[in-house]
Amino acid sequence: MKKLITALICGTLFGFGLAMSEMIDPDKVQGFLDIFGDWDPTLAWVMGGALLVSIPGFALLLSKEDKAHIKQGVIDSKLLVGSALFGIGWGLSGYCPGPALSVAPLIITELLWFLVPLVVAMVVAGAIFGREQD
Amino acid sequence: MEFQWQALTGGILVGLSAVLLFMSMRKIAGISGMIKQVLSNKGNGSDRWWPLVFIGSLMLGTWIYSILFSVESSLREGYPKELLIASGLLVGFGTYIGKGCTSGHGVCGIGRLSKRSIVATIVFMLCAVITVAVMGALS
Repeated sequence: MKKLITALICGTLFGFGLAMSEMIDPDKVQGFLDIFGDWDPTLAWVMGGALLVSIPGFALLLSKEDKAHIKQGVIDSKLLVGSALFGIGWGLSGYCPGPALSVAPLIITELLWFLVPLVVAMVVAGAIFGREQD
Repeated sequence: MEFQWQALTGGILVGLSAVLLFMSMRKIAGISGMIKQVLSNKGNGSDRWWPLVFIGSLMLGTWIYSILFSVESSLREGYPKELLIASGLLVGFGTYIGKGCTSGHGVCGIGRLSKRSIVATIVFMLCAVITVAVMGALS
């Protein structure tokens, strides 16, 4: 029960933060990505703000074993190909998973055309590659 | 670059959420990973349900913000369906095999100083920038 309450508090904070920072606005996201066009750098502040907290936060919370484990991470082709495909998809619509889910109830008709294919692709990827643990 | 307090504060809240979740549950606030876990339908009790609660709470948090400060008027509707579908498929497939998205690799992974996540974030940012540039050139 405590875990579910934690998830409720953290999820609400996360969704509130995404809305406040305008990450939920796909036009704004595409404007941020449009560095060769009419670039809108606002969203760089979102990543900056998040890292301002997460870098010192994790530095304090991670154990030595955690840090050693993270160091052993291997950069493989799946990571590169997967991230590249994700980036292309993100650019096409301006939606990534967090903001898309957060804003879904407000503009559900548009979001279903994004979220249903997303879920289908994950199920297909799961069937092809199996369910690996991180 | 102009100082953007609202974007900065929103980002700080996202970072706080990620750190709090790790502090109390030792879990990573990666949204694509949570969707993956919800779809896998495995585990027992709170281990099984917390990702679903988190996703529902994301919607709650954005909804609360939208009530306090109207945002609906600025939201986009009627974007080309074929682009939304292609985007959804690529984001779903890509984050599954790349094991993370903007939150998992971007906020948490870089926060953990993970080389994998730093590389992933550079790759997806670059590809997204190129995609938007190509779309701009074609339109």
